[in-house]
Amino acid sequence: MNQPLHFVPSDEFRQRAQAVVENPALQKSFRGAMDFLQNKRLAQFPDDVALQRLRDLGEAIRQYSLSKLPDLLETLEAKLTANGIQVHWAETPEDANRIFIEIAQAQGARAVIKGKSMVSEEVELNHALQAAGIEALESDMGEYIVQLADEKPSHIIMPAIHKTKVEIAELFAERIPGVDYTDSVDELIQIGRKVLRDKFATADIGVSGVNLMVAETGTLCLVENEGNGRMSTTVPRIHVAITGIEKVVEKLTHVPPLLSLLTRSATGQAITTYVNMISSPRKPGELDGPDEVHLILLDNGRTQAYADPQLRSTLQCIRCGACMNHCPVYTRIGGHAYGTTYPGPIGKIISPHLLGLDSTYALATASTLCGACAEVCPVRIPIPDLLIRLRTEAYKNPATAGEAVRGAGSAYSSVAMALWHGWAATYRYPTLYRLFTWCASRLRFLTPRKQGGWTRNHVAMQPAKRRFRDRLNRP
Amino acid sequence: MKKYGVDNVMANASNQKPQDVYFFCTCLVDLFVPEAGLDAVALLEREGVRVHFPEDQTCCGQPAYTSGQPEEALAVARQQLDLFPEPWPIVLPSGSCAGMMRHHYPTMFKGTADAAKAEAVAGRVWELSEFLVRSLNFNRPDCGQSCSVALHTSCSARRETGALSATRSLIQGLEGVSLKVQEHESECCGFGGMFSVRHPEISGGIVRDKVASIAACETDALITGDCGCMLNITGHAAKIGRPLNGKHLATFLLERTGGKTAAEGKL
Ligand code: SF4
Repeated sequence: MNQPLHFVPSDEFRQRAQAVVENPALQKSFRGAMDFLQNKRLAQFPDDVALQRLRDLGEAIRQYSLSKLPDLLETLEAKLTANGIQVHWAETPEDANRIFIEIAQAQGARAVIKGKSMVSEEVELNHALQAAGIEALESDMGEYIVQLADEKPSHIIMPAIHKTKVEIAELFAERIPGVDYTDSVDELIQIGRKVLRDKFATADIGVSGVNLMVAETGTLCLVENEGNGRMSTTVPRIHVAITGIEKVVEKLTHVPPLLSLLTRSATGQAITTYVNMISSPRKPGELDGPDEVHLILLDNGRTQAYADPQLRSTLQCIRCGACMNHCPVYTRIGGHAYGTTYPGPIGKIISPHLLGLDSTYALATASTLCGACAEVCPVRIPIPDLLIRLRTEAYKNPATAGEAVRGAGSAYSSVAMALWHGWAATYRYPTLYRLFTWCASRLRFLTPRKQGGWTRNHVAMQPAKRRFRDRLNRP
Repeated sequence: MKKYGVDNVMANASNQKPQDVYFFCTCLVDLFVPEAGLDAVALLEREGVRVHFPEDQTCCGQPAYTSGQPEEALAVARQQLDLFPEPWPIVLPSGSCAGMMRHHYPTMFKGTADAAKAEAVAGRVWELSEFLVRSLNFNRPDCGQSCSVALHTSCSARRETGALSATRSLIQGLEGVSLKVQEHESECCGFGGMFSVRHPEISGGIVRDKVASIAACETDALITGDCGCMLNITGHAAKIGRPLNGKHLATFLLERTGGKTAAEGKL
């Protein structure tokens, strides 16, 4: 290759990725699952023109919302408070956990039942609760499986997608007392349900995520298929919702197009089985609902993305997971290899804000920039452009890297820079370029047989005997 | 901002057949696959177009741009901007480099003194197959024996140019050629330029599957309009001892329609 070979990405990431790529069973199951999800999504969008219009609308709503983010958050807080929902602001994961534990302790809560929430994964709430002596049980079937296995979700919509039916069957038999091995999916679901139903009755606090928040009305929207979300938010005495600050929209009318895009892009459903619109605790005379509703709003680096005009589009995300379902890299390495809460393309662009670019830049480099993600993203986030931007930030000279992204300049290496300078110096001067390529073709027998990462998968590249320009007959 | 997922058919198709075009051969073709470039030139000339090759061209700058080195990319890209003084179309035998010049030049040069020039160049850039179909109405009878081919369209060609439909229609216009569609045809081949060197584990997994799906079609050749993808796919196939007969679209078209190709078998 006539380009500098200089980069060694984070070894751990590469090793994890390799282990999955070389595991035929995992390869087959990821491929099958991704194909299934891709087809389901496609079936929901038979008319491409209509889809593109809806995506335009989704993008516009999200961009509009972000353009007014500070105002919308203020309105949201005022409305929610007026509705009787208590709002808490958390700058860091530690803040979020502390706030949660304070709420729990004030109520003497001992057991928590959780609906699906990626933000609670992001702050590692379960860990914090465990440390505080509070029991937390996941009630989403996928999350429950992952929790039982002592793992983390490998997909933002389908947390246990890396597990086969047999693995789940074995897990249930091993970890749930009194359960015999069965690999009937129906029976497995019934077993899980039974365990969870009992817990719903006794938990003091129900936790949930939020898909969208409506500023004008002070409403929290939550979509789900299992009913566990509704149970978590209505049965226990206290409901604590936790989400990122970017999830706000202005009006109720902004919700339907986004939900329509979300559920169709995520699971290929026109709408989920349950759509919860939560606007207050139980009012006098109402039959059900919690006595208290809290909302924890997490920043955790989101304001950094917000502050940059290009990176802000990262926050348009509605967490549908379509980008990972269509990603050739995710399909090969699965969610765990990324090592971050959010895997796949969205993980690559959001994680640097949450965790710093220093620990996550290897992810930004692990993309072919094929654009499959951006092609399906319902809110048109230009993911490949953002990846290029993050690479740029990572390779900057730390002395002049600026403060747009925490950890910028962390991948800088003077050797690599010198190679790029050399490359640019050669390719920007036609005479030098001609000399270099002439030598490369005349001395082709000197081309190294080993060409770094390339010859691991390929036969070595060798320049042609005579270049195009030598063979082009021109008077 | 560019919109992914829409049909990026060029708006600059004109009714008048151009007499002159610039040819940007790309650095990969210049040094590694000259036959593809020569056959592309032969195709264009046979249609009665005068092909101009600005000698001072080097590289579109993409390797540095996608590697997060915008300054180096800009320095190299700037060198290309002055090569096309006449208002002729600029044709490239690569969807990837065409996508770079058409979509990324305007963004890269935004706010610099060369912004207007970059915009003007970007607006004249064509990927070869797209130019053959939309501008030259390429329509030559097939004179080869019947054969079957698989087609791989690069991701940039697919998403940043109108090459996807153009390449298909060119192949479908060849009577003796049957086009077989491999599984997961639209998926990336795993090349991604420097990605294939930096992340050989992942890249290798993707190209492994691509080679398997193409090989399963048992076609006589694999056609692609991008030499990067071709070197990736055939380079891997050769490495695992299941060689594939990879051909650039230009070579294949020329050979099927009775032209004399530059390759004499070697690709
Ligand atoms: S980036 Fe787009 S496709 Fe990916 S999860 Fe977010 S909204 Fe969905």
